[in-house]
Amino acid sequence: MAGAALRRRLTWSIADVVGVVVENPTVRSIVLEVPAWPGHLPGQHLDLRLTAEDGYQAQRSYSIATPANGESVTITVEMVDDGEVSPYLTEELRTGDRIEVRGPIGGYFVWDTSSTRPLFLVGGGSGVVPLMSMVRAWSEVGSAVPVRYLASARTFDRLIYFQELEVLAAADRELRLTHTLTRSHPDDWTGPTRRIDSEMLSGSGFDPSDSPEIFVCGPTGFVESVAQTLVTDGHRPEDIKTERFGPSGG
Amino acid sequence: MADQTHLDGNALGGLLYQLFERDMTDQRGRCRECGTVKVLGEIHVFRDAPGDVMRCPACNAVLMVIVQMRTGYRVSFESLSWLEVQGVEGSAVT
Repeated sequence: MAGAALRRRLTWSIADVVGVVVENPTVRSIVLEVPAWPGHLPGQHLDLRLTAEDGYQAQRSYSIATPANGESVTITVEMVDDGEVSPYLTEELRTGDRIEVRGPIGGYFVWDTSSTRPLFLVGGGSGVVPLMSMVRAWSEVGSAVPVRYLASARTFDRLIYFQELEVLAAADRELRLTHTLTRSHPDDWTGPTRRIDSEMLSGSGFDPSDSPEIFVCGPTGFVESVAQTLVTDGHRPEDIKTERFGPSGG
Repeated sequence: MADQTHLDGNALGGLLYQLFERDMTDQRGRCRECGTVKVLGEIHVFRDAPGDVMRCPACNAVLMVIVQMRTGYRVSFESLSWLEVQGVEGSAVT
């Protein structure tokens, strides 16, 4: 985003909820129509604000899950049990409701669709959301770069976007997926069942000599561990972009 | 660092945008204590404190603290020796 777009003022708009998609038992995608939305880049997020009847406000930041598409913006929200905002968004919010948002936000954790470097995406839990925006954008623009996508979840039903990714990967050999299930897995599961380690990163990703661009998103401990392992394995720190979310994200 | 409670500067993207009227997560700052240069998106952020505390990911020095006041925000630049704001036309020195 260059020039005038950089200087755009960040203001709150009232968005209409036009759809709610059940991604898994605790995760919902919320499709919004945001008037005069200026567009966004894969990896960017938005701020969302809820106001109670007594005027109390709670604000959270959510990654955008879809590439730019006019005034349509989809976020994916995971319910945090003791959270203040996410239980409302995942359990109560309905089509026709309105919420306040502002964005897009973030110029660091973004993928440039014109990039020619191999792309390695590593996500933990709902950290896959901004990565999915990148995969969808990659598919939409017909990018020729090879993509490796590695996601970690505790159980099969905690995976997000699994079916859609399988379809995309079946249609394009440049997209290869690895899902690992760290707590329990279905009997017929053939993928890995351990936490992400050096062997899994090198097996599912690229060699440092391929100079991949790497995006890592997830809970803080996950991001620290993956980024450290990648550096130890010879990837350059400047090739690894990270985004952490944590307990205050609820 | 052993603690796992921090987020990173991406989480402050909206607030920083408000304060600087532009995206700041891809702008670089330097730690006065250890000399590390990082973009703000990579800086560790602790949000449990009364304000947002931004710390150097290399040496943990407090770089910047942002506290909400009744009528706005107060930003303290602690161990941040410089902060770049790229893409702004020069006008200060001619």
